[in-house]
Order: sequence, then structure tokens, then C-alpha cells
Amino acid sequence: MKEKILSAIDKNSKLSATDLAIMLGTTTEEITTAISEMEKDATICGYPTLINWDKINCERVTALIEVKVTPQRGLGFDKIAERIYQFDEVQSVYLMSGGFDLTVILEGKSMREVANFVSEKLAPMDAILSTATHFVLKKYKEHGMPLVSTKQDERMLITP
Amino acid sequence: MRNPLSKIVVDMQPSGIRKFFDIVSEMKDAISLGVGEPDFDTPWHIREEGIYSLERGRTYYTSNAGLKELKEEICTYLKRRCELEYNCNNEVMVTVGGSEAIDMALRAMLEPGDEVLIPMPCYVSYHPCTVLAGGTPVVIELQGSNDFKLTKEQLLQHITDKTKVLILAYPNNPTGAVMNYDDLKEIVDVIIEKDIIVLSDEIYSELTYGMKHISIASFPGMRERTIVINGFSKSYAMTGWRLGYAVGPAMIIEQMVKIHQFAIMCAPTNSQYAGVEALKNGDTDVAFMRDAYDKRRRYLLYALRNMGLECFEPYGAFYVFPCIKSLGMTSEEFATKLLLEEKVAVVPGTAFGDCGEGYLRISYAYSIENLKIALERIERFVEKRRK
Repeated sequence: MKEKILSAIDKNSKLSATDLAIMLGTTTEEITTAISEMEKDATICGYPTLINWDKINCERVTALIEVKVTPQRGLGFDKIAERIYQFDEVQSVYLMSGGFDLTVILEGKSMREVANFVSEKLAPMDAILSTATHFVLKKYKEHGMPLVSTKQDERMLITP
Repeated sequence: MRNPLSKIVVDMQPSGIRKFFDIVSEMKDAISLGVGEPDFDTPWHIREEGIYSLERGRTYYTSNAGLKELKEEICTYLKRRCELEYNCNNEVMVTVGGSEAIDMALRAMLEPGDEVLIPMPCYVSYHPCTVLAGGTPVVIELQGSNDFKLTKEQLLQHITDKTKVLILAYPNNPTGAVMNYDDLKEIVDVIIEKDIIVLSDEIYSELTYGMKHISIASFPGMRERTIVINGFSKSYAMTGWRLGYAVGPAMIIEQMVKIHQFAIMCAPTNSQYAGVEALKNGDTDVAFMRDAYDKRRRYLLYALRNMGLECFEPYGAFYVFPCIKSLGMTSEEFATKLLLEEKVAVVPGTAFGDCGEGYLRISYAYSIENLKIALERIERFVEKRRK
């Protein structure tokens, strides 16, 4: 049931417990219990909204930073990742395989702000060997959803 | 000037749906729950394959019965999903949608005077195609009390010496009814004993909820007397590609191919290449869409019952078929008034046969958000009538 609930709300967190119960053929109580359990054990970590900020003339810059680090003895990558993700500007942090170690996705008001963050906060950290910053020019799709207005229904209104 | 027209065509009634379509298309900002096709776009990897076939310059005819590769994939698919085994060389033909296959099969089999049993309410083309092929349609009026399944008794009542073909269409459009193993078992003995050929339209076979589709051709003794029709429109959301197929005994398929080669030549080539991709790599898409339909089905059924409308649980296709007899209106009256007052379009059951009177076909090939708005309006409409 938990998996069913998650796949139902993965792309639409607005569905109410009552609606979910009807759609999944169960009771509202079961849904509520399952959801609060998953909120408690951090299976569900939040309910953000997918926003296309370009639409409201709000200056925002997204950067993807490739970070190479030296893992600290006894702490590994996790401690460094934590030191990085605590910053509010940081949207996502992933541990990577391949040519570098961490992907840090950063959001700032301007390129200067991002540059300052990298040069003053990120790069000087002891464990960090190098960074490579890439700025995002345009976002097309996020969280499995294209950032465009929903397509008009082009079907004929009545068909057999 | 002499009358240029054929009497048989002039006498044919235009589809009841057409009439309603004309009223709906006049209305601005109406919400429609009236379509008989998926709301999903064809999955991208399938569309991409169609584009690639054009890029490669595959713009020529294929052989009449269809691309060999596609026929092979169809056979593999039917074995995998429906436990049906056919020889891809002479027991399969690719058609321009399931509709063409229906027409070809009837034309290949019927002689003047042959009777065709048509359980109604049903898809709109069986009756006219039977007439055009020179057959005599014999309507079996299915009952809401039997969940619109065909029973052994009803079948026996309508069989005469002239009965040749039975058209069976489950999962059903417009009712959403499904006939499971036991339901089919009931009628199989009669069909064999009375030596009837079955035209089994299984276009919605992938859209069953909580149960697996059973093809009547998989029963012992039925394979040699069944033409199975299926296609890509509903399962892979490919209505506009016009791609379907028929499988059956070589003796019948060969004659169908003969008509097809003169009337059609072959199904569209790029659709056929896309069809290969669909059958090879489309299982997860089908499962995803089925799951989405199932959620909406439960939602719609719950909401309609909550309004006090009698509604049997449909286990297939993407339609709910509620009964509105308790409101003292005909289907057409209900549908027309609902459209004018609340701007919601549904299809009157009578568009699918006279015995659809008292019912509506409501499609759930729409997003939950869309269904919600429409259901609120329907509820308001129903409540006004109850006062």
C-alpha cells in the first residue's frame, strides 16, 4: 500500500487522503496512518511545489558544481556532504561515481552570489580539493515534469 | 437523372453519437466526458520509432497482410498475454485499426440471409457493417441486472437455423463490462454445439482491472471458430495511428486479406514500424496507463454512487455506465439538459443501441482534476432533479 500511495502522490501531492482512499480502493484511515508513518520515518521528506520561476520575472540563477574532495578519516563523504548541504543556498547534494565526488546544485539571486558562495564558502573548506561550476541556462524538465503549460486536449469532444 | 445512391446505405441510420457531437461542438467551454480514446499521448519511444521510420525513408507499401516483423511480434505478444498461438505466416493480418478488421471479417464470412448475433449496447459499427456485408443483424438486448454480460439463456433464445456469427466485445464499450472465465465457459458449449463463428473484438484487452483478460479463443474447440480482433489504439494510446489486427484460422484470414488487398492495400507503413516498438518495449507503458485508469475508475464509480445513481462496477475499458432511470428522464434528455445547464458532455446510452435507454456512458479517459470538476457539476444537476 505504501508504494501505491507514493506512486500516486509522486507527481501530485495535492491529492487528499479521502481522494487517495477512493482511488486506491482503501479507507481514509489506512491512508492517513501510512502517510504519517512515512512522514515520521522520512520516507516522505516534504511536499515542495514545482515552480517555473522564469514565469514571474524573478532573477534566479542555478549552478551545478562538480566537487572533488578528500574524504576525512573515519567520516567518509557523509560528513563533508553534511557541511555543504547545511547552507540554505544549496538545493541538492549527490555523491557521484566517476571523475568527481559530489554534485552540488546551488540556487542564488545572481551569478555574483553563486560565485561568492563558491569562492568564500565552498572552495576554502579543508576537505575540498577542487570545484568546477556550471551555470544552468534554461530548465526544460524537472521531477519528471516538463516545465511548460499543460497541453490543450486536442481530442474531438465526443467519439464512439 | 437516375438515383445515384445505394438503398442499403441510404437506409442506414447515422451514428447516434454523431448527432450528439454536433450539439456539443456548438457549446463553448463544455467539459467533455464523452471520448472513446485515451487521454495519454502515445509513449515517446513509440512515436520516436515512427519518426525514425520516416527518416529512414520507409515510405513504401508493406506486404498486404502486414510487415513480417510486426506479425511475428503480434504472435509473440498474443502467446505471452492471452495464451493464444497463431502462425504468423497465414493466421495474422494487420489492419487499419480494429474497425477495418471488423468490416473485413464480416464481409469475408457473411452471405445474404446469414444472421449475426449482436449483443447490445455495443460499439457502433457492428450493426451497420453486418448490414453492408449483406447479413441480418439479430440484436440481443443485454441486461443491467446481469452486469451486461451475455448469458447462455439469452444466447439460446436468439439462435436460429440461420445464425452464423456471434459478435462478442469484452471488455465492452460502452458498458465497461468484462466476461471472466466462468461467464465465457457458460456460452462456449452452446457456441460449439450450434456451430457458430465468433468475432471477438478484444481491443480493450489490456484494460482490465483486478483480473486478467481471457480470450474466448483460448477455450478448447474455440480457436478454429474464432476471429480475434485487437489493436494498438487503446492499449498503447495510438488511436490516430490507425493500427489493428485480426488473427484466426488461415481459411478465414486468407479471404479477409484478399478483400483488404483490394480495398486498403496495407496498413500505414510508419504506424506498423511504431507498432513493432510498442509490442517489443511497451509493457511498462501499458501497466502505467492501466494503473492510472484504475484510480480514476474507482474515483468516478464512488462519486456516481454517492450521488445515488445505480452503477454496476465495470472491470474493463475506460467507461462507467450509470443508470439514470430513477430520475425519470430518458438518456438523451439527461445528456442534453446536462450539457445545456452544466456544460458537461456525456454520451446517452441509446447511442449504442435502443437497450442503452436509461443509461449514460461516462468516460474516464481524463485527468482526475478534470473528472472532479465534471462530477461536481453532474452532482449539482442530479440534486436539482431530485428536489
